[in-house]
Amino acid sequence: MRILSLLSLVMLLHGGFAHAQSTFGIGSTPSEAQLNAWDIDISPTGEGLPSGRGNAKEGVEIFANKCIACHGNEAVGGLAPRLLKADVGPNADPWEFGKILPIRSPYAPTIWDFINRGMPLGQEGTLSANEVYALTAYLLNINGVIPEDAVMDAQSLPKVKMPNVENWAPLPDYKPGMDRLEGYPY
Amino acid sequence: MAKKLSNRRKFLKNSAALAGGLAAGATQSANGQMPEKYIKGSDDLVAYGQRSSFETAVRESHGRPHSPDAFGLVKHVATPIQESVGVITPSALHYVATTRGHYVPDIDPNAHQLMIHGMVDRPLSFTLQDLKRFPSVTRLHFVECAANRPSIGAKTITESHGLTSCAEWTGVLLSTLLKEAGVKGSASWIIAEGAEEVKGTSSIPMAKAMEDSLVAYGMNGEAVRPQQGYPLRLMVPGFEGIFNVKWLRRIKAVDKYWMTYNDYGHLRQNDVDAALGYTIGPKSVITFPSSGQQLPDKGFYEISGLAWSGGGAIRRVEVSTDGGKKWKDAQFVGTPQRMAHTRFTLPWTWDGSESMLLSRCTDELGKVQPTRVQVAKFFGIPVDPSYRVPGRDNSIQTWRVASDGSVHNAYS
Repeated sequence: MRILSLLSLVMLLHGGFAHAQSTFGIGSTPSEAQLNAWDIDISPTGEGLPSGRGNAKEGVEIFANKCIACHGNEAVGGLAPRLLKADVGPNADPWEFGKILPIRSPYAPTIWDFINRGMPLGQEGTLSANEVYALTAYLLNINGVIPEDAVMDAQSLPKVKMPNVENWAPLPDYKPGMDRLEGYPY
Repeated sequence: MAKKLSNRRKFLKNSAALAGGLAAGATQSANGQMPEKYIKGSDDLVAYGQRSSFETAVRESHGRPHSPDAFGLVKHVATPIQESVGVITPSALHYVATTRGHYVPDIDPNAHQLMIHGMVDRPLSFTLQDLKRFPSVTRLHFVECAANRPSIGAKTITESHGLTSCAEWTGVLLSTLLKEAGVKGSASWIIAEGAEEVKGTSSIPMAKAMEDSLVAYGMNGEAVRPQQGYPLRLMVPGFEGIFNVKWLRRIKAVDKYWMTYNDYGHLRQNDVDAALGYTIGPKSVITFPSSGQQLPDKGFYEISGLAWSGGGAIRRVEVSTDGGKKWKDAQFVGTPQRMAHTRFTLPWTWDGSESMLLSRCTDELGKVQPTRVQVAKFFGIPVDPSYRVPGRDNSIQTWRVASDGSVHNAYS
């Protein structure tokens, strides 16, 4: 395939066309192992979530062992950011709960993704998929999003309805040279 | 070879001894032109130079606590742009921002790879050596943090405007690499991921990835500095800082906005904030005279400052010395580049009376840097103490030169 495209390029050059070179034949094909190990991102709708499962009860114990030192008891009061929504009354806009990932995030898989890629501090990448599901369930539970016994896995997590799912502003469709905001002179 | 080296060492040693003798001050040349002190030579200084010990400009942590604290919570370090000349920020003074504290990975470039995959015909991995084989580009670009804005509490311009810097970046256009991998027409976004502990990742629209984004391995004529993403940094010119992913190791072409953790952190509830939070608007600031500086006397000065815009090149800068009643066109020093700091100057004779200095710029899209009042008027909002400019704040900064020559933040 690559050799063919190079061949056609050579033919183009010999034909005297001033075409820009389309490919250069540089780089190597990553191994399956590299692709699998590096491809860690989870889409907002849950593409990429691995097999495994966990609930909030299991999450309590893991949180106590691996998270409390920085995030504090009940996910409040540590050096690291609090993970429990602010108490702002029953009819508050969910944005008033504060910049707390497991309540502000419009999509639950984002919580899984961040715990998996970034926690615990200094030991990133050491949590098993089951542990990440359990911790995600625990944080969703203490923030009142799911019940204590709800099992989170690749099927159920994307179906969790976050309070902000329709409560965020999409970015404008980017086009080169566009106004930052239509009709805005500044 | 060994003998040669040892002779050279001996020579250096003798030179240092000679210089030391002069430093003791026993001899001075008759015409008074011999310096009295010399910098002690060393192999290190021969190998890689240093600035004069009389030069004291340093970066400062932005906000409290001071950086780096034990927990790594200080995420932003600001450039002393009042000390800058020209348009290039020295690499050692370039502002720094990280997603989570000051953990700078120490990456062996020989072991580092950039993988491009997802919606492509052929996933590819590139070593640094691979990337340097591609046709290269070298471009001046600023990077600016979302939090860079005039503020009531800022005592110096480092505090209000120090989270922007400009460097000469060298690398490969991202479009070249995406084409090499055969990116599919249905891919509408990319996600770009770093290799640091938190693997910071941002979503970038494909139109921007293909327009002018570049994978930089060079910065100001040498390798990108570790705090700036060594060995590879993605440059997304004109977009706010967090899009410019450091320690770049992976790019994935996808079919929708991925809303990574970084993206989540900058989500807005309201459409205006979201739209104006994307790219940096036309912005300028006078770096001399600026708050914290002191004019020694009345008389001639060259007002000097920087202008930049995410919308392209700067076309015009105007300066006022009377609080915005009259404006004069400033001159450009050199040719304005797209999404790059542009140096402007205006000759000024200070008569010793209190003066209010302002600058405003216009970019190639015809957008003009506003005052806070103009922005508030556009949105029909009163300017009270709680008012803030929506999105990235590109409003005009005013400096007040007092009659004793001291310069102050007019908003304080």
